[in-house]
Amino acid sequence: MSVLVIAEHDNADLKPATLAAVTAAGQLGGDVDILVAGSGCGAVGEAAAKVAGVAKVLVADDALYGNMMAEPMADLVVPLAQNYGAVIAVANTVGKNFMPRVAALLDVSQISEISSIESADTFVRPIYAGNAMATVQSSDAIKIITIRATGFEKADAEGGAAAVESIAAAGDPGLSSFVGEELSKSERPELTAAKTIISGGRGMQSGDNFPIIEAVADQLGAAVGASRAAVDAGFVPNDYQVGQTGKVVAPELYIAVGISGAIQHLAGMKDSKVIVAINKDEEAPIFQVADYGLVADLFKAVPELEEELKKLPPA
Amino acid sequence: MKVLVAVKRVVDYNVKIRVKADQTGVDLSNVKMSMNPFDEIAVEEALRMKEAGTVDEVIAISVGVQQCQETIRTALAMGADRGILVKTDEVLEPLHVAKLMKAVVDEEQPGLVILGKQAIDDDCNQTGQMLAALLGWAQGTFASEIKLGDGSASVTREVDGGLQTLELKLPMIVTTDLRLNEPRYASLPNIMKAKKKPIDEKTPEDLGVDTAPRLATLKVEDPPTRQAGVIVADVAELVSKLRNEAGVI
Repeated sequence: MSVLVIAEHDNADLKPATLAAVTAAGQLGGDVDILVAGSGCGAVGEAAAKVAGVAKVLVADDALYGNMMAEPMADLVVPLAQNYGAVIAVANTVGKNFMPRVAALLDVSQISEISSIESADTFVRPIYAGNAMATVQSSDAIKIITIRATGFEKADAEGGAAAVESIAAAGDPGLSSFVGEELSKSERPELTAAKTIISGGRGMQSGDNFPIIEAVADQLGAAVGASRAAVDAGFVPNDYQVGQTGKVVAPELYIAVGISGAIQHLAGMKDSKVIVAINKDEEAPIFQVADYGLVADLFKAVPELEEELKKLPPA
Repeated sequence: MKVLVAVKRVVDYNVKIRVKADQTGVDLSNVKMSMNPFDEIAVEEALRMKEAGTVDEVIAISVGVQQCQETIRTALAMGADRGILVKTDEVLEPLHVAKLMKAVVDEEQPGLVILGKQAIDDDCNQTGQMLAALLGWAQGTFASEIKLGDGSASVTREVDGGLQTLELKLPMIVTTDLRLNEPRYASLPNIMKAKKKPIDEKTPEDLGVDTAPRLATLKVEDPPTRQAGVIVADVAELVSKLRNEAGVI
């Protein structure tokens, strides 16, 4: 059984989450091919060909796929999927958008956001915001799967020498057109790729107080996140959200500031290697998952942390 | 234009979930059930369209057991005009729900279907996209703003890096994200009025949809727990431990 991985990219770079999808694909057995669908995405195809363990890279380079909209993506992937035993995409907002459309057109029940693979037809996925883990077995001939990238090691980005094959675009379904986007501008790393993340919660009291977190982030080269409570309260935009309904992250170091630790937030960060919690409420559930807890007023502790980090000699 | 809104009956988001000892699933006995929060946002959006005069009728649909009627009543109390219950005791997958909804769309011919982006029980995030696929319609998923136009709609979507705006052809599917609106509470007079609003009942057999399962749930377990660590005295100790013990800074 061979597996098709749909690359996550921005037409310039192959995103690291794709490497996790390649690992997941390898666990199913058989050849692993990658589809790069984009516009002016030749460099992404070349990067994909270097990934260890990849047999073949298919590149569909057409203006139609520049923004990976669901309608044209599904029409491209559905005929290709017939040649594979499984199709895997990362469960980000792109994969979550087009993959169920692919599944329905193939008459397949998708298996969403798997966190591990038991066998070629059996998968583990979190349900109820991560409060339970379900093991499900699929009887469909083609498995349509989205993965939680944090559940899988990343394949080596170098070492492979896959053949690159251009494929023709499928037709334009004529249902959707791209108008524009407003991407959050930041010099900091993306949340899902960052090695260190510092997040603020309701305890921050206002969006005006986030600069104290940002100052620490600058010291650590960290991404800035937030709990759903902070997003709901309007402190920061929704794309900061870490949690079941936001982004799922697993950095080396996660610093939770003024976050109580609602289960829906924990679902998005509890696979982090080291968790630090700073909260003045010693009963806050976040301390039950934290490796290092500091019971303190964040408005005092966070600026202190920035100062201490400034003093720290290079590692 | 008619709008069809999907409402799912799920365990209330405030309830602490308990996995059954025999690992067959989550304990649903004597647990408070409510409308899926993302579906409340879907109902609210349809009602605002009706209040703005761009929509004539709002129909709430639920698929599942008899008690899903209560979830439909909640939508009716918020202001939906009538309900459709597709009644079944089977455990359905999103693919089945999408097929059942497609059959209802074929009968009702709405110009727009609004669904929550995902249900907080199975967290699948599939039904809206699947329904769009089966109908051959455009899909505006994870919407934070919808502007209905003539023959098309502009939908702003919550994507990983920020916001994306698409122009989508009508009829279409929208799935809601958190910031689309803030749902209203039903007033007591409206709850009383909702009791008189009609709810049609259908079955998968009536709609000619095969609901044979494709996925078998082999077991449901508690998630792995994480050990609590240590409480540090001050920021200096924290930084020292992160540098020397954990080696992460």
